[in-house]
Amino acid sequence: MEEVDVEPTITNIPALRRGKHMGFAWGQGNIFVYETLFKATGATGSGSPFIHEVRKDEDIYSPILRKLFNESHHIFVGLQTIREDLPSKNKKPQFVSISKNYRSVIRACMEELQQVAVSTKNAEMSVQYGNQVSILLAIELIWNLCEVLFIDAAPAGSLLLHLLDWVRLHKADVDEKARDVLQSDSPAEHRDYWDVVVSYVLQGRLDEARQMLGKKATLTPAANNIYKMMDNLLSKMPFYNPGGTQTLTEFDVKWRHWHEEVDRCLQDNSFASNQHLEVICKILLGDEDTLLEHKDLLGTWYHFLVSRLLFCHPTVKPTELHYYAQSCMTMFLDSRSAPEPLDSILLAAFEFDIHQVIKDCSIALNNWWFVAHLTDLLDHCKLLQSHNLHFGSNLREFLLLEYASGLFTHHSLWQLAVDYFDHCLEFGRVYLELQIERVPLDTERKALKVLRICEQRQMSEQVRSICKIMAMRALRNNRLGSALSWSIRAKDAAFATLISERFLQDYCAKGTFSDLDLIDNLGPAMLLSDRLTFLGKYREFHKLYGEKRFKEAAKLLLSLMTAKIAPRSFWMTLLTDALPLLEQKEVIFSADQTYELMFCLEELTSSLNTPSSDSDKSMQEEDVELTKVELLRLALSRNLAMAIVKEGTVET
Amino acid sequence: MESINAKYVSQKISKTRWCPVSYSSLQQPEVFATGSWDNEDNKVSIWSIGNHNNSGLEDGFEGDPQILCEHKHGGDVLDLQFLDQERMVSASSTGAVTIFRYHPNTHTISVLQHWARAHSYPCDNAPCTALVCSSPEIVTVGEDGRIVVFRADQEGAVRVIENADSSTIHAVTYLKTTEVLTVNSIGQLKLWDLRQQSSSPSQILSLSGDRAPLHCVDRHPNQQHIVATGGQDGMLCVWDVRQGGTPISLMEAHSAEMWEVRFHPTNPDHLFTCSEDGSLLHWETASHSEMPSFLQGGRNSSVISHGALTPAGGNRPLSSAWLCGDSGKGCLETTHMLPSQTMSVNSLDIIGQCLVCGTDGEAIFVNRHVPV
Repeated sequence: MEEVDVEPTITNIPALRRGKHMGFAWGQGNIFVYETLFKATGATGSGSPFIHEVRKDEDIYSPILRKLFNESHHIFVGLQTIREDLPSKNKKPQFVSISKNYRSVIRACMEELQQVAVSTKNAEMSVQYGNQVSILLAIELIWNLCEVLFIDAAPAGSLLLHLLDWVRLHKADVDEKARDVLQSDSPAEHRDYWDVVVSYVLQGRLDEARQMLGKKATLTPAANNIYKMMDNLLSKMPFYNPGGTQTLTEFDVKWRHWHEEVDRCLQDNSFASNQHLEVICKILLGDEDTLLEHKDLLGTWYHFLVSRLLFCHPTVKPTELHYYAQSCMTMFLDSRSAPEPLDSILLAAFEFDIHQVIKDCSIALNNWWFVAHLTDLLDHCKLLQSHNLHFGSNLREFLLLEYASGLFTHHSLWQLAVDYFDHCLEFGRVYLELQIERVPLDTERKALKVLRICEQRQMSEQVRSICKIMAMRALRNNRLGSALSWSIRAKDAAFATLISERFLQDYCAKGTFSDLDLIDNLGPAMLLSDRLTFLGKYREFHKLYGEKRFKEAAKLLLSLMTAKIAPRSFWMTLLTDALPLLEQKEVIFSADQTYELMFCLEELTSSLNTPSSDSDKSMQEEDVELTKVELLRLALSRNLAMAIVKEGTVET
Repeated sequence: MESINAKYVSQKISKTRWCPVSYSSLQQPEVFATGSWDNEDNKVSIWSIGNHNNSGLEDGFEGDPQILCEHKHGGDVLDLQFLDQERMVSASSTGAVTIFRYHPNTHTISVLQHWARAHSYPCDNAPCTALVCSSPEIVTVGEDGRIVVFRADQEGAVRVIENADSSTIHAVTYLKTTEVLTVNSIGQLKLWDLRQQSSSPSQILSLSGDRAPLHCVDRHPNQQHIVATGGQDGMLCVWDVRQGGTPISLMEAHSAEMWEVRFHPTNPDHLFTCSEDGSLLHWETASHSEMPSFLQGGRNSSVISHGALTPAGGNRPLSSAWLCGDSGKGCLETTHMLPSQTMSVNSLDIIGQCLVCGTDGEAIFVNRHVPV
């Protein structure tokens, strides 16, 4: 067995009393925990009457995060339908745009959570929302970096530009500060003025930095010269243009020239009179000590990394990144503070260790949403092929299954999970089969939706089981028609037989049929079971009889017995039904038909006379039976006589 | 497609209904109601697409639905209808029927009337599947096969037809003021004359063949004898109840259950359907003859396949024999109104140029510029 990466977290169940033993039962995404009376000798005393539910994934129950699940489901399904056969060159922009879609959904969710966190009056909720925001922030940060490094896979030159965008997006407090400064009466005198300028420079937003500097320059005409010089340096800093004609080497030469020029300015103490400008100059040179002095403005080691790359190694190659990342992290973080999970995840990303990123995220984050979707996207980019798990199918499928199983435990989100299972080729179907049967069915409409899911996937076993549940429920409420419809839909012959039996019993008891609208319109469904066929045909007999089409009725009645469609137990009823036909003035049963009827009656009576059957019958009942048989015999012989006479008579 | 506007609402939407506007004012509707299903706590909610607080410019563009108020609803909302501009009636999976009152000034909802077990079995709940109102009368139907008539101002039921159907009644609509039509799960349409005291329908129409269950029905707004139904197989059927028997025309519309069909209330050459397959279709008959094109096929009904997989937004004229055949005048065109969707569209409503629909993907779509 593999070792665990981290110690499992402990969940305290507050209501459980100390010193008591605990029993538990696994649910789908939860565990039921209860107190047990465990004693070595004879359990006595009272236990706690409570059962506690421990849920694995609370995030699913957040109404705002539900939007994330729903919107990302839509993107996920779109991603699965990207055609395999497209050349990979055409696919990359699609993957990048899908990745951006995912991120924008995260952002939208985050913004809404932020608003709610601010507006809510409940302090506890506010903290909870705040936590969710910070988790989403981290998720988006990691996702964005993965997009730059793995999905977009930017080459040297443009790599840095992407990383700059990444840092700018996630260090947006500069803009807030800048707004404060600019809105004040005299921006250049504002307390945060220089912080803003330096922050702009650190993020490579040099035009904005120049505009800011301009405000100061107009205030101090005496120092106008050095401001001009700085403005000049900033304006001349070259940036790589990936779309342009310039090669990377040409850019490198140009950048070195600029770098030397900055260095010269520093050497001849041009900025000695203004310490702020001197600091900026040092930053432009990429001086590590100066950069590290602005830890509070940088905020994070990865900002430090990107700023350092910007001013020292603007043409950094993807393969060199890990070296700089590692050194920046050690330089930036104090030896005292250990790197947090987020730091190690980002570092793993810079090292291009995708599996480590996914693994660390799975451990650090409390939901499967992120890892499942990211892994799926990376898998589509063909970045995960080399890795095999010791269990299950592959990493993508494993994570998707975990995520989807979590969704399935939710009373409402289970519908989303179906599409995720569909796109897990190896085990998805098995999971779905097991889960779908366990969806509680409150209404027929919900049952129909679940059925549709099963029928689309040819899951006939589940279709039968769902229909049976619905049929049983209808039967329990004495809705025979409904129950029959359900069993017809499931093509469940045994159950249809059972219900037909009930219909016939009802008929025997009441003398009338219920639910005629259904039975009269059975159509081909009648052939589902013998008993159902009989029910339908027997009703047809009544209809013919009612319409006074006696000949046809008689023929049908006889055929029900001779073709063995009617159950033996019902023959007596059928023969009794024949009585009025036999007693009609005109001859309805022909001589041959009468013989057959007689044969049926004899067969029936001989089987009735077996000693086992008469033991528990009361004398009275037996009397009634006997009278019936006598009456029938009489009617049959009279009819036979009439029929022979009629058939023997030559029409003149 | 630009004019369609999606909003995720964190609840699966089972019904969407515009709050009625007075026809004389020629106003576009601004307020609609939704009902949710399959949640732990279901709700009836009122939304507005107007700019009430003028904050529209800041977040989201104009017409983004904003929630005005909501009210808890016991059980799934299986149907929702406006009785008038301030009162709406809901049908619940618990069998209850409730009249809510919406106060437009204070943006609150209160319960006016609640019939707890309008539909029920002796020892179990029977979901109330659909209802139709014509103020003050409310007709409800349920899985228990009953038809119940209520009056908004009376405590008890005015009329109960026990065993009106042996299977589940899925939908109901008025034909005339005293006549309702129900559709059931064995493919039958039943006409009920509420003046008669008998508990059997005055007429039964049914599909031939495998009797696919019917899930929705709507009556032509001007010609009371024409009704459209949608069923489990996604087929759209148009019936002439005067001619009885079988449908006048059958059209293959969707690849799964059709949940709702709706004639445009003022321009009935347009018809809208939505389905479990996640699509919302706009049907338009470009007929210039006096007779509505739905009826031009005569009695010999034929099945028209238009291929439910028409790309989203693509128009595809249906040059079919039964419509264009003899006269060459009629023509039917269908348009997909939603971008590619996977989750079921459960409900739709249209007034004027405004269409609203709700999905199992927990989204509400509003289109304010439907070309009708």
